[in-house]
Amino acid sequence: MTETLTLAKAVNAALADSLEGDDRVLLMGEDIGQLGGVFRVTDGLQARFGTQRVIDAPLAESAIIGTAIGMGYRGFRVVAEIQFDGFIYPAFDQIVAQVAKLRYRSKGRASVPLTIRVPYGGAIGSVEHHSESPEAYFAHTAGLRVVTASTPQEAYSTLRAAIASDDPVLFFEPKGKYYMKGEVDRTVVRDLETASIVAQGRDVTIAAYGPTVETAMRAAIAAADEGIEVEVIDLRAISPLDVDTVVDSVRRTGRLVVAHEAPGEGSVSSELITSVVERAFSSLEAAPARVTGYDTPYPPSAVEHDYLPSLDRLLDAVDRTLGRRSSRDGLVLEGAR
Amino acid sequence: MSLTMPAPDPQLALGLDHPLRVLDLDGSRLPSDVLDPHLTDVDETALTNLYVDMVRVRRLDTEAFALTRQGHLVLWPPLLGQEAAQVGPARALRQSDWVFGSYREHGFALLKGVDLAEFARVWKAYAHGGWDPHEITMAPAQIIIGAQSLHATGFAMASKMDESDDVALACFGDGATSEGDVNEALVWASAFQAPVVFLCQNNQYAISEPVRVQSGTPLALRPTGFGIPSMRVDGNDVLAMHAAARIAFERARSGGGPTFIEAVTYRRGPHTTTDDPKRYRDEAEVEAWTAKDPIERVERALAAMGANMDAVREEARIRADELAKELRHAAEHAEPPTVDSIFDHVYAQPTKRLERQRAEHRAFTASIEGNR
Repeated sequence: MTETLTLAKAVNAALADSLEGDDRVLLMGEDIGQLGGVFRVTDGLQARFGTQRVIDAPLAESAIIGTAIGMGYRGFRVVAEIQFDGFIYPAFDQIVAQVAKLRYRSKGRASVPLTIRVPYGGAIGSVEHHSESPEAYFAHTAGLRVVTASTPQEAYSTLRAAIASDDPVLFFEPKGKYYMKGEVDRTVVRDLETASIVAQGRDVTIAAYGPTVETAMRAAIAAADEGIEVEVIDLRAISPLDVDTVVDSVRRTGRLVVAHEAPGEGSVSSELITSVVERAFSSLEAAPARVTGYDTPYPPSAVEHDYLPSLDRLLDAVDRTLGRRSSRDGLVLEGAR
Repeated sequence: MSLTMPAPDPQLALGLDHPLRVLDLDGSRLPSDVLDPHLTDVDETALTNLYVDMVRVRRLDTEAFALTRQGHLVLWPPLLGQEAAQVGPARALRQSDWVFGSYREHGFALLKGVDLAEFARVWKAYAHGGWDPHEITMAPAQIIIGAQSLHATGFAMASKMDESDDVALACFGDGATSEGDVNEALVWASAFQAPVVFLCQNNQYAISEPVRVQSGTPLALRPTGFGIPSMRVDGNDVLAMHAAARIAFERARSGGGPTFIEAVTYRRGPHTTTDDPKRYRDEAEVEAWTAKDPIERVERALAAMGANMDAVREEARIRADELAKELRHAAEHAEPPTVDSIFDHVYAQPTKRLERQRAEHRAFTASIEGNR
């Protein structure tokens, strides 16, 4: 049975079903209780499950993660919310040095099954610190799983899997897509490490995740008008990254474009393209291309649409990999050789 | 929701003028309205046991220090001088209570029942963790200053949710009181009335920085601003530390929320075996604190109680020797970790990526060996 839900409601449903299914699951975060979260994602959950299981936290991000770790020692499975992407940094040590390494440090004898929900990404017209994509910091840390969602169904099933996982998981929710509607089947089970081919094509592979998958799908439709077949891969998991699925695709298409909102330097695209070059060099017919945020701080949102990977920038990159006319033809960079 | 806050309690901090103490330097018993009611069952036998514990903890410490100097261990953070500050509270714990400590909590680890063979591996750089946390109910030693205070607070919140009377003990030093995590832990413990006890062993130095660099106010005064009752205790008086811990644990178990204990003590050794304290403190200061030795004070007290000190010392010596022998054997005969173990226990299940790297490293190792 399916139902039509927004992505925000799909997250809410996943949280409710997880709370219902396991009495050791609890939620903790700022304003998630009576208010229902600043995006209303946790709306109604405190009224239904009580203040002991849906906890309004003091405003201390390090403490949200740190106390969740302590609860984990007693067998609780905490789903912590960081209110906005740009607010996660005070919790950095507790995430990358504490929960990520606990299993390794104790040789598998202690571990904490923590899920950290992070509304992330731009295109919401907000002020500074509310539109960032910090996933690469966490992908760089062993012991963490980092996953995203691109549709309401993905949000529901992937969050259920994250909460059920015995590893610490960062679940990056594309807040710009919270009001995207889609069919959700609550019986669909998803894992935390397999990419999905969401459109098939023979000419170019576009790999994307989170909010950028929808843009990639639109690029595939637009390219089809010109007779170009684009294969779109929703990476889903950022760490561990499913390189196999992308390599298999590139062996068929010979061309790769990677797109995400985060800046390109030291990013998921850096890692993915490196891995593909290492493993499928002889299959590549053109240099891989990427469409990412620029290597600047997130800009004022009045100009964010020029910073974010747009449909036109994606199509331009597709053209580049095909040797078609692109914006960079004849581009001369001063001082560059 | 009410916006009214409870009125502040001026009695929240005890011992600010003079640290709470029941054993004087000469071993004589001092009266204490606060602590005495919690020591009524502590007779000569109980004090002897605390004495033997402290001697064993000191021997563990000095033996490990020597093993490091001899090259059998790579690093050691000594606790010389802080034995009472750990033994007193450790012996007030139940086994189901959890300790969340720093890297200098060897006394707690020993009394919680750590296996020395595994413990030694950490300081030989053979392992990151020195025990099974669930087996001895003590979280892995924490190197990031103060981070464990939040884990203790979360554990205590969970204990309360479980309607258990297990408490959490967070141990940290004076330097940690400047960390955000410790201050956040105080906020949370107070807001949720969590059954957690914060034990700050103020050993006067954070590596080279004296406590005045960390604070413009006595450390024991700070928790009062968070609404947490606090005690400033002579950390070299094992009975005072034992009683203060009993008060705090009883308060936590009975729903009274958190307590902060500042143990005023002194780290007589270096920060670690790589430190040179002569660069930042005078020998006279160390000598002054040596005169306040926590073990000698109990010897004097036991003698004043009429204990057979020759027999007591002999028992302590035998048990300390056994411990030292066991530790030395562990340090000298530990099996190094396998290279392959680098890839173990990163995730609950091995990932394809790590299994690939494991296979690549095996192939590389085999190729090197094949070319020899």
